[in-house]
Amino acid sequence: MSNDIEKRIELDAPISRVWRAITDYREFGEWFRVRLEAPFTPGQEARGAVLHPGYEHVTWKATVKEMQAERLFSFTWHPFAVDKAVDYSSEPTTLVEFRLEPLAGDRTLLVITESGFEGIPAHRRHDALLRNDQGWAQQIVNVKEYVAAHPS
Amino acid sequence: MSPRTRRKRTAADRQRFAPIFAALGDETRLALIATLADGTPRSIAQLTEGTRLTRQAVTKHLRVLEDVRIVHSVKSGRESRYELDVTPLLDLKSYVELVSARWDTALGRLKALVER
Repeated sequence: MSNDIEKRIELDAPISRVWRAITDYREFGEWFRVRLEAPFTPGQEARGAVLHPGYEHVTWKATVKEMQAERLFSFTWHPFAVDKAVDYSSEPTTLVEFRLEPLAGDRTLLVITESGFEGIPAHRRHDALLRNDQGWAQQIVNVKEYVAAHPS
Repeated sequence: MSPRTRRKRTAADRQRFAPIFAALGDETRLALIATLADGTPRSIAQLTEGTRLTRQAVTKHLRVLEDVRIVHSVKSGRESRYELDVTPLLDLKSYVELVSARWDTALGRLKALVER
């Protein structure tokens, strides 16, 4: 459990609006930076071009699991499957779940969990981090902060 | 994860990472790592080339990085070549943290979209 990601975010928008933003393929693509080819359908693979600068060669793929209106949206995917030359299809996926809860005042609680990281091969973790400049930049920031907070 | 286990993990991580971070807390050594980050092993002569550093200085800095196993040397004929090995830095936890950071930025964009 300790390797799962959980994000809780309160959104100042009604649950119907949030549901649309995460399950309409065009709206999802807008904030997730991917140009999806077709609507999400449970059991189907969703595909599209990644719009992140530098990752345009990558096809984003996820398999939609569940769509329970205004409650649960989930898919499995290969996080950071960014190398076109690598066939990730035989590797384990992680499960991403979006859970929605209505809050008072037409607000919405969105809880996102991602689980299954234990299955990702160690070399893939290294690849993803090495190839990811943001990851490196973050490591450097971590180092600087750590060193500043712990002067020897 | 309970707050208690989180604290424990953090303390253990700090113990494990402290020497590594201390070794990295130097601009010259960070520059050496950046040079080696393309995966090509290099000799001391190659690492000295184009810098204002002496061979002795480069050797000294490489030794610090070797001590925490971020860099190791490979014998190649008569000279040693130095290779980056980021394994000590990159474990499952840092991978998950990277994915987690990606989510944070994506969720920031989602929030902006629905609250527009």
